[in-house]
Amino acid sequence: MAKIRKKGGKETPAISTASLPDIIFILLFFFMVATVMRETEVKVEFKPPKATELQKLEKKSLVSYIYIGAPTGKYEEKFGTAPRIQLNDTFAKETDINQFIQNERSKVDEKLIPAMTTSMRVDRDVKMGIVTDVKQELRKANALKINYSAVPKVDIKR
Amino acid sequence: MARSKRKLVEINASSMADIAFLLLIFFLVTTTMDIDKGLHVLLPPYSEEPPEDTQLNKRNVLDILINANDMLLVKGEPLDIAELKELTKKHVDNHGVLPEYSISPNDAVVSLKNDRGTTYDLYVAVQNELKAAYNELRDGYAMKRFGVKYEVLDDLRKKEVRQNYPLKISEAEPEDIGKTN
Repeated sequence: MAKIRKKGGKETPAISTASLPDIIFILLFFFMVATVMRETEVKVEFKPPKATELQKLEKKSLVSYIYIGAPTGKYEEKFGTAPRIQLNDTFAKETDINQFIQNERSKVDEKLIPAMTTSMRVDRDVKMGIVTDVKQELRKANALKINYSAVPKVDIKR
Repeated sequence: MARSKRKLVEINASSMADIAFLLLIFFLVTTTMDIDKGLHVLLPPYSEEPPEDTQLNKRNVLDILINANDMLLVKGEPLDIAELKELTKKHVDNHGVLPEYSISPNDAVVSLKNDRGTTYDLYVAVQNELKAAYNELRDGYAMKRFGVKYEVLDDLRKKEVRQNYPLKISEAEPEDIGKTN
């Protein structure tokens, strides 16, 4: 007994922190990879609808995003609870879409313009009225390739 | 109590990096921060003048109406969304057998009309069902013709399958009966 107590009284050796930098670096890399995709702060609520026939969006540089949903958090006070359109970092009107598409087009090579896709990130509770208006504006701007953003649904039947 | 001057026992940290790397790879593989999946749709080009009234044979058109209360009316009768896929398949793959469905897959058109008060959720669900119906039909055709699924075919063969089962959805301007805005 006495022997054991003697052992316990000894100071514990310090844990080497030599690998701590590695861990930090890995965390850093992780966040770099994870956050590079989201270029803008989403100011509207976006709960994507569920679907089964999903296709992946290819070539992120050719994708422009349009968010539609009710403003969240601090923006709710200022902009109300009615669904709004968000282009890049700001709330916008339907009429701004044409300009937005032209801006997006000017960023990419001319040859790649036909391959550009507009990703519609619309909250599932939004009514179709505003979505239709946006679609109409996209048609006017000749941005015809669109993608309704959705998440996979677990299909029980299959 | 004699304090023994023992050397500090250093924990072997050489495997730490490996563990950390494994963690990193685990996160990279399993997490998706941003969903980048969805339903691809091609909009028709915009024109100022209203489109010509093309007279389509009525039997070829599968008209779907969605009202502001998220209820479906397909071919004049209320329908549950769960049955939409089967009905679409039946309509498109009729080959002129039944008089109320399409003459051939090439002639079949889906006409979709929604209200401004329809929720986006249901709209996407309907689009999804239509796409699912066509995907299954294309898969069936590809299986019969080439013995493999549509997805694994090369572009030329995909095109052939697509030409046999073209997805034609015509979307009408929505009505505002529900008076949402």
